[in-house]
Amino acid sequence: MSAFQKVYTKISQITKATCSLKATGIGFDELAYIHGRLAQVVKIWGDEITLQVFSGTEGIPTNAEVTFLGKAPTLKVSDELCGRFFNAFGQPIDGGPEVDGEEREIGGPSVNPVQRKQPSELIATGIAGIDLNNTLVSGQKIPFFADPDQPYNQVMANVALKAQADRIILGGMGLTNDDYLYFKNLFENAGILDHIISFVNTTEAPPVERLLVPDMALTAAEYFAVDKNEKVLVLLTDMTLYADALSIVSNRMDQIPSKDSMPGSLYSDLAKIYEKAVQFPNGGSITIIAVTTLSGGDITHAIPDNTGYITEGQLFLRKDTEIGKVIVDPFRSLSRLKQLVIGKKTRADHPQVMNAAIRLYADAANARTKLENGFDLTDYDRRVLDFAKDYSNDLLAIDVDLKVDQMLDRTWELFRKYFNKSEVAIKQEFTDKYWKQ
Amino acid sequence: MNQKTTGKVVSIISNLVLVHVEGPVFQNEICYIFLNDEKLMAEVIKVIGEIAYVQVFESTRGLKPNSKVEFEGHMLEVKLGPGLLSKNFDGLQNDLDKMEGVFLKRGGYTHALEENKKWSFTPLAKAGDRVTAGDWLGNVKENWLDHKIMVPFKMEGVFTIEKIVGAGDYTILDTIAELKDDNGTLHPVTMMQYWPVKLAIKAYKDKPRPFRQLETGVRVIDSMNPILEGGTGFIPGPFGTGKTVLQHALAKYADADIIIMAACGERANEVVEIFSEFPMLDDPRTGRKLYERTTIIANTSNMPVAAREASVYTAMTIGEYYRAMGLKVFLLADSTSRWAQALREMSNRLEELPGQDAFPMDLSAIISGFYARAGIVYLNNGKTGSVTFIGTVSPAGGNLKEPVTESTKKAARCFYALSQNRADSKRYPAIDTLDSYSKYLEYPEFIEFAKEKLDENWVNIVNEARNVLVRGKETQEQINILGDDSVPIDYHIILWKSELVDFIILQQDAFDKVDASTSMERQKYMLEKMVKITRASFNFESFEEVAPYFKRLINTYKQMNYTVYQSDDFKKFEQEAAAMLEERMIK
Ligand SMILES: Nc1ncnc2c1ncn2[C@@H]1O[C@H](COP(=O)(O)OP(=O)(O)O)[C@@H](O)[C@H]1O
Ligand SMILES: [Mg+2]
Repeated sequence: MSAFQKVYTKISQITKATCSLKATGIGFDELAYIHGRLAQVVKIWGDEITLQVFSGTEGIPTNAEVTFLGKAPTLKVSDELCGRFFNAFGQPIDGGPEVDGEEREIGGPSVNPVQRKQPSELIATGIAGIDLNNTLVSGQKIPFFADPDQPYNQVMANVALKAQADRIILGGMGLTNDDYLYFKNLFENAGILDHIISFVNTTEAPPVERLLVPDMALTAAEYFAVDKNEKVLVLLTDMTLYADALSIVSNRMDQIPSKDSMPGSLYSDLAKIYEKAVQFPNGGSITIIAVTTLSGGDITHAIPDNTGYITEGQLFLRKDTEIGKVIVDPFRSLSRLKQLVIGKKTRADHPQVMNAAIRLYADAANARTKLENGFDLTDYDRRVLDFAKDYSNDLLAIDVDLKVDQMLDRTWELFRKYFNKSEVAIKQEFTDKYWKQ
Repeated sequence: MNQKTTGKVVSIISNLVLVHVEGPVFQNEICYIFLNDEKLMAEVIKVIGEIAYVQVFESTRGLKPNSKVEFEGHMLEVKLGPGLLSKNFDGLQNDLDKMEGVFLKRGGYTHALEENKKWSFTPLAKAGDRVTAGDWLGNVKENWLDHKIMVPFKMEGVFTIEKIVGAGDYTILDTIAELKDDNGTLHPVTMMQYWPVKLAIKAYKDKPRPFRQLETGVRVIDSMNPILEGGTGFIPGPFGTGKTVLQHALAKYADADIIIMAACGERANEVVEIFSEFPMLDDPRTGRKLYERTTIIANTSNMPVAAREASVYTAMTIGEYYRAMGLKVFLLADSTSRWAQALREMSNRLEELPGQDAFPMDLSAIISGFYARAGIVYLNNGKTGSVTFIGTVSPAGGNLKEPVTESTKKAARCFYALSQNRADSKRYPAIDTLDSYSKYLEYPEFIEFAKEKLDENWVNIVNEARNVLVRGKETQEQINILGDDSVPIDYHIILWKSELVDFIILQQDAFDKVDASTSMERQKYMLEKMVKITRASFNFESFEEVAPYFKRLINTYKQMNYTVYQSDDFKKFEQEAAAMLEERMIK
């Protein structure tokens, strides 16, 4: 701290999340220490400054010492970040030394849209529910939508390990200690720890601190993607807990809540994070895979709803009771960037095969409704139900591990096994080629 | 020159800044806040005594009280002149391509046009002519389009052309004419003019009701719920149902002279898609590149929130400018909900009394005021020009009973409802025809137009097709309740006739080269064909024969949709289908 730094000791107002005091020469968004805790300027009203205290205001006295740091939150970036674990403030939590490097403000400016490149590199995961139906592309941003009892962190970690990224950055928000250790062990065991950087806010830390995690992770990501031209994969889990922290802050600041007691700015707040996903012209890229936990599968809740409007699709995990496995639900899932690669980077029949299979799977859902309502099934209904079961087991289940061509071949096999050509209704040039007798 | 009013920052709450002013300011006046060596642009949105509330179009990080503020004496304006086409602007009309570096720099404002570029000007008026705002003084070629140089819209009254330059190359800053007002004062005119974006450009004689169709190439729109030139429409739908894909399809294939796309608070990668694909795409009507007649206004969701609102107005103003040249402008905005949300964020910060879902009380008025700027007009010279506007709406939770959807419904004449169900079952474009409407179908002007251009009976045919869909839907519900075998075979036939219309007319593959866009001639051919089939009776022994038969028929017509109109393959599939009809159709 500089010797000239002024120390204030007269706090005029304390709420659950904020403290106010009179001070001059303070900048918006600036950091401060109050009673040894980190805080940030969220309002300047004349000479009255309001600070949001990340770890809460419990026990802060009215004569607490306040010093301003003259800067917004920053992260020191360098290759020394690799293999390390940090808290939401970017301080090491793995017992290692402080990181040295260039100090950068987090939450920095956006990429000029004309400087972006169109994403075009397929990310293969081996999971057909993803590669076949919802193909991922580098530079994409996409969350898993899952109920809390789904194994979303495992699936996400699995995808991350297969994705062949140069760098993986984990942003953990409200992570249980068990999940934190799960990620740590997994990365260690895979022998790729030095490719990984983690910023973790566990459930033991105050929730408001989480608000810094995505920006920390993405500032590190931009360093590797822009300065080092690397393909960076950022994992953010659980963004629902991030949004909850936003609502805690806005409610405590008496803002008018909009839907589901979320702040009216939720869309912009989330977009600022997710839009950091980008394909840079120099080859570097930032891909964001996130987790948004749902409550009872409700995607109309403000958090998944706003997320869906921002991200480039979503991967919806659901347990298929018929086969007893978790699947990537083909109806509610979507990869908006798949068009850029399917049929181009993959076989030309990919788009049509994908759509036909999903259409037949939808017919199966109708047949199941008929069955449940006690109606007789037609021959087609029965075939389509059998198809759905095989399709779910062989392709949609998350334990599938195939190459894209194998996924397509397997789907053609199922088409041929259960249907005739007009029921499948695929362009003739493809049936000519792949409908093998 | 008048002294600029200045002021000092007193309070900062995110991008709402309170300024103590030393002098007069007016509502919506633009000001700049000085922050170190950066200047942050802002707009006055409220004044109380000597305090001006301004919304800053940039991040206010690091801004301190007492920072200097300078007021500009004008509202948010755009520059209008040759060179707007093929440009990528941000919401405040900064040319994004002129910015340095990969990241947007705060306060990095760039010129919308080229000050040094020479345009080859041909005069259209002569000295002595009496002119008013919007009258054409000359012509320059912008890409391949005739770009009219007009009497600036701000000039009120009648003027006499004192002097006009001859044909030759001029920059947008060169004086090309001098106009004399009735007091004898001379006004120099250049090829560039300024216009405040929140005000409509009214330099036209008359604004009739829309009367002729704007072909979009999208069947479910053109055939079932047509949009007219100068008309308005909106596309509400939950995320992932196809709003953006549909808008891009409209931009690519609609029969317009100028396309303006406002990417308002949506994904940057979607704008990149336009940047990277449009320059490659051929304009089917001119053989030139699509990009040559397109302007993009990109204020993506990660760009400053306050500029989102500005972005749609900027787009509309540029649209009105080209309309005044007698051109057919098609304006698309994705998504107007993001603009409404930006209004909400600011209204909340101002602690205004909130309306429903915390949106500002006057949301409805703001939206209808905006939609009202679209329209076909008769210019002073009798020619027509139009701005057709279609916006998307992103209803929270997919629920159409929310303020933005409801307000827009009052303002727009066409309603294209995207259905989650249709999207889930990949029935694209997922417009639910029966929930949707085009008020223009009832316009006598359109009925006349269709009679002349399409078919004596056109609107009846459309309604007949619609009826087939209604009956199909009702029958589906019946079958769901009673079971396949407890209903007469006829029910299955009714259902499958409606499926035929659904698959062959309504569904359209936006990613197929041929199917992506259908000419009106072909639409008429196919719709009449389908309607004829739905009128016929069919012969089936059991209900189990119905679905397989119609699936074969649908498959064949679908293949036909993938082939070039009236090509050999087209005819081949047509005959195949005809043979199938022979099998079962009762004469
Ligand atoms: N007409 C269409 N044909 C084929 N696929 C479509 C069509 N419209 C939408 N889709 C699919 O749906 C996805 C989402 O569409 P999009 O327009 O981005 O939705 P929205 O803007 O409503 O969120 C696309 O990425 C594409 O996969
Ligand atoms: Mg969209």
